[in-house]
Amino acid sequence: MFATAVILGIVAVLLAGPVPILLSAARWPARSPAVALVLWQSIALAGGLSMIGSLLGFGLIPFGMNLFDGIRSLGGHLVAGTLPDEPSFVAVLMLCAALILGSHLLLNLAATFFRAERQHRRHRHLIGLLSQPLAEHSGTRVIEHDAPVAYCLPGATRSATVLSRGLLQLLDDDQLRAVIAHEHAHLMQKHHLVLLAFKSWHSALPWFPIANRAENAVALLVEMLADDQARRAVDDRTLATAIALVGSAHQVDPLGTDVELADGPDHPFDLVSPRVRRLITPPAPLPAPAVLAVAASAAALLLLPTLLLMLA
Amino acid sequence: MSSLGVLERLLMDVLWDSSEPLPATDLRDRLLTPAASVARRKPLATTTVLTMLSRLEAKGFVTRDREKRPHRYRAVATRAEHTADLMHEVLGTAPDRQAALARFIGDVTPQEAATLRRLLDSAPLAHE
Repeated sequence: MFATAVILGIVAVLLAGPVPILLSAARWPARSPAVALVLWQSIALAGGLSMIGSLLGFGLIPFGMNLFDGIRSLGGHLVAGTLPDEPSFVAVLMLCAALILGSHLLLNLAATFFRAERQHRRHRHLIGLLSQPLAEHSGTRVIEHDAPVAYCLPGATRSATVLSRGLLQLLDDDQLRAVIAHEHAHLMQKHHLVLLAFKSWHSALPWFPIANRAENAVALLVEMLADDQARRAVDDRTLATAIALVGSAHQVDPLGTDVELADGPDHPFDLVSPRVRRLITPPAPLPAPAVLAVAASAAALLLLPTLLLMLA
Repeated sequence: MSSLGVLERLLMDVLWDSSEPLPATDLRDRLLTPAASVARRKPLATTTVLTMLSRLEAKGFVTRDREKRPHRYRAVATRAEHTADLMHEVLGTAPDRQAALARFIGDVTPQEAATLRRLLDSAPLAHE
């Protein structure tokens, strides 16, 4: 049990620091964003599991030789109101920490999804009142606003892509098709769920420098995945131009009086330039063996803490 | 969009375009337009309008003046105010950023925008 707890602790530290730092600095994710996104999710999940597992392992040492014995014995002591033979203050502290961390992460995830759903519902209703469908494209709605904006509104029964009047004026027909295909990919691949999960992780551990990095890296990967779908509808240059146009339009024409763009530390992460560069000089996708290796590491990362705990 | 959704939008349009609070009967009369008839396919009853109004009131889009009988209804905020609210939410400038939506892209600095334009201008044209 002690060895397991130590190993899990080392894994947790690695997954909380060096591994995400290396991955966010790596260049290959732009070549195969899908498998990179899987790896990020696996790192986040395995990181949380091994952190909680390590605390649990240390805490259960006085109670039993392995996880199941330990939990059974802990339950028995709790029911009977007794202490184990060698009570340890540190062990109790570790158990509490495992419990608090675990429930904090889960409750935060639930709260994030709940809040997002409530806000989306109100947003959808307002969009229904304020926007008109765009005739040539199904599932799209146009809102009268000068800022060039496009976004997708995920919904349980019907999702919509919302475009602003300013965007329709800024882009030509092909560029518009690129944007719509891009948003459609977000909706089809349910990117909002991944983004919300990482947002929740970040908000649960705001003092955790890696969470911010992970959220940004995941946001960029999700955009690249949607770009790759849009490339099937239009050529790379059209898509790149659309991205650059919309991205720089906010600077050139700051949206009138209604909307002030947040600048400064809130938006330090550039989701535009890496994508435009990637479209102008597309990197070769990772070879199949490399993709397989990444996928296998992602699976191994998830299995490692689980197996260690089970077999301890 | 359901026919009820279309009707709600038309109803809000009437309220947004009106300079004064309106009773439900006036609202029904103003909704007897071709667009509303297409959505509805039968004459609009005042009770339907009242149902929609209380739904919209519960959502915080409509409020009523209870001093006179019948009650007069008006929009809580203008069309532009609601649109601005939505845009704040989308652009991530709303106070509650929990549910920030995935929008087409972020923003770049002016320098970066200039670099990107140069890159695009110098990039070879794709074969179309």
